[in-house]
Amino acid sequence: MAIVFRQETFRDDFTYRNSPGNIRRFPFPFDRDEYMYSVNMEPHVRGQAGTVYESLIDVDEHYVAEMQDRALVLKEDPLRYQALPHMMAAQWDTLELLMEEQAAGYPEHFTLIRNGDRWRWINRPLGIDDTFTFGDRSTLPYDPFEYITRQAQGDFCIVDQRDGNLWMDAGMVTTQADWSLDFDIGMNFMEWHGPVPLAHQIGVFDRALKFLLNLQLGKPTRRFNWTMTINPRLDTSPENYHKWGPDRTTVTPDNVGEKVHLRVELQSLWRLPRSNAILFVIRCYLISMNELVTVPKWARRLHRVLKTLPPELVDYKGLTRYRDNTIAWLSKHDDGAPTSPGIFPD
Amino acid sequence: MSGGLAIAVRVSRIDTVAANIKRFRLVRHDGEPLPVFSAGAHVIVSMDDDGHRRRNPYSLMSAPHDTSGYDISVLRVAESRGGSAFLHEKLREGDALTISHPVNLFHADKRGRKHILLAGGIGITPFLAMMAEFDRANVAFELHYAMRSREHGAYWQELVERYGAHRVKRYFSAENDVLPVASLLHNQPLGTHAYVCGPDRMTDFVLRTARECGWPKSNVHSERFLAPISGKAFDAELLRSGIVVRVGDHESILEAVEAAGIDAPYMCRGGACGQCETAVVACNGVLAHHDVYLSEEEKASGRKVMICVSRFDGTKLSLDL
Repeated sequence: MAIVFRQETFRDDFTYRNSPGNIRRFPFPFDRDEYMYSVNMEPHVRGQAGTVYESLIDVDEHYVAEMQDRALVLKEDPLRYQALPHMMAAQWDTLELLMEEQAAGYPEHFTLIRNGDRWRWINRPLGIDDTFTFGDRSTLPYDPFEYITRQAQGDFCIVDQRDGNLWMDAGMVTTQADWSLDFDIGMNFMEWHGPVPLAHQIGVFDRALKFLLNLQLGKPTRRFNWTMTINPRLDTSPENYHKWGPDRTTVTPDNVGEKVHLRVELQSLWRLPRSNAILFVIRCYLISMNELVTVPKWARRLHRVLKTLPPELVDYKGLTRYRDNTIAWLSKHDDGAPTSPGIFPD
Repeated sequence: MSGGLAIAVRVSRIDTVAANIKRFRLVRHDGEPLPVFSAGAHVIVSMDDDGHRRRNPYSLMSAPHDTSGYDISVLRVAESRGGSAFLHEKLREGDALTISHPVNLFHADKRGRKHILLAGGIGITPFLAMMAEFDRANVAFELHYAMRSREHGAYWQELVERYGAHRVKRYFSAENDVLPVASLLHNQPLGTHAYVCGPDRMTDFVLRTARECGWPKSNVHSERFLAPISGKAFDAELLRSGIVVRVGDHESILEAVEAAGIDAPYMCRGGACGQCETAVVACNGVLAHHDVYLSEEEKASGRKVMICVSRFDGTKLSLDL
């Protein structure tokens, strides 16, 4: 079924909204009433229709608007896209993967026709119909990685594997939860995770790194991460902190429902065939509190998660200034009833 | 991650390429293209030898971008446990095999400005794919290839023809021609990477010599294969369910438990997340912990096991499941 793409903004007048159908498929990340870091990885396999697992690279009603927002970010700050010279094979790997997955999942919107190295890519929502030579950079208007990630929702990092570590050697990062590709590029797995509290001490990153070094072709894996954002703003980067940081002081008991958003990252990790690198997809989903409480189970559970969140995480995730207002607002939607296991609505 | 995704293949062609070395071309059973791979990768080949399942890793030697088939070369090993003997003597063109997806634990460092490849005997195979990739990308490389004799060495003539004598040097021990590892490693420009694949003694010698010559560890690479997590079959008693499951030689406890219709918790299936942690109630034997989740003390205590990857060797294992 064809997706109806919304016209909306992630800045200025913030017209972003989720349709009722899109709320039901929101990837609510909490499978219980409290939260702590863990190596919460599971095989990235297709799931039920009406969930974000319907396709392995998810396209939804925000696709066109998100791509327009990405183009605006890149225009203001081209360094949001970077790729080190040795990553060219991984760039082509990524282009192939994203084209194939989008065409397989949404044939009414995307078509890939491969004729040897001569490929034709049709992207109907964005009005693109390009023919190019796979492997020949000069036949595309951008680097292959930049070309395809201007046409795919989510942030993308390609990490090179060597010396028993993973290295952040390419990225397209415009919808990030307060981290900077320009700062992290060239860092290894332990370095770019340096600022995360508590998780290092309980060995989460040692285990996750060992797990990822063994990631196999054809067996992608996924995990959730989450934070909260004031206003439906995709680009919450350190570079633009002056634009979004002050938003956190604008939350009042009366505007929590529209201002405060749960921000969920569905991260999927894929071993790439030609380069042996790993593609790290960080797909961001936003939902306002007004939208979230239309699912009673999620309203109860988020209220309890926020109440019991360790103080280190409250600070690290930047919730300090508006957490109390949000808990008070959500408490009206929590009658204390038990919640069912799992993440899906009842 | 006990098995990896399997691909059903057929042997489309077998050639004898040197004394005791045969080359096998594998194509997908359903006629579809195989996955592209990165040079240095290997696959685990599963063979059914009269009901006995054998699994051996072999480097992929065909060009990585050729998806019509994979080539492997197999040396008939005298003290073979059966894999190379089966492939040499029993396998025929048209026969079916199963292979894993390619796994690469021997990849070239793509930042390298020059690559020196040191091959001993059948250790040439991963370098055939690497050279195809270097040549295609116009990257500087040299192959130094040691063999017993002209008859025992595979592919050396065609390699000299294809890449030129300036890039392919060959050494035959039968002619007292020895690969000069020390002088080779002594004088190389910064940014050079060296790779060795051959008998253990050769690998050890190259690694040691490189260290003595002051090479950084990160610039010297030796071939590693994925050790399939396997072993002897064993029984596991599931106390809460009141049954005993047989865990096959290439099966995980988790897979055997699932096959018995019991719902055990799991998540990553790779020994990292901790979800499938299971209490060991009785253990008369040795637990082989393959996970990265439990601490060394927990592993030593023998009271917990991660059933997605770990195994058991002994007479009795009882689990709280």
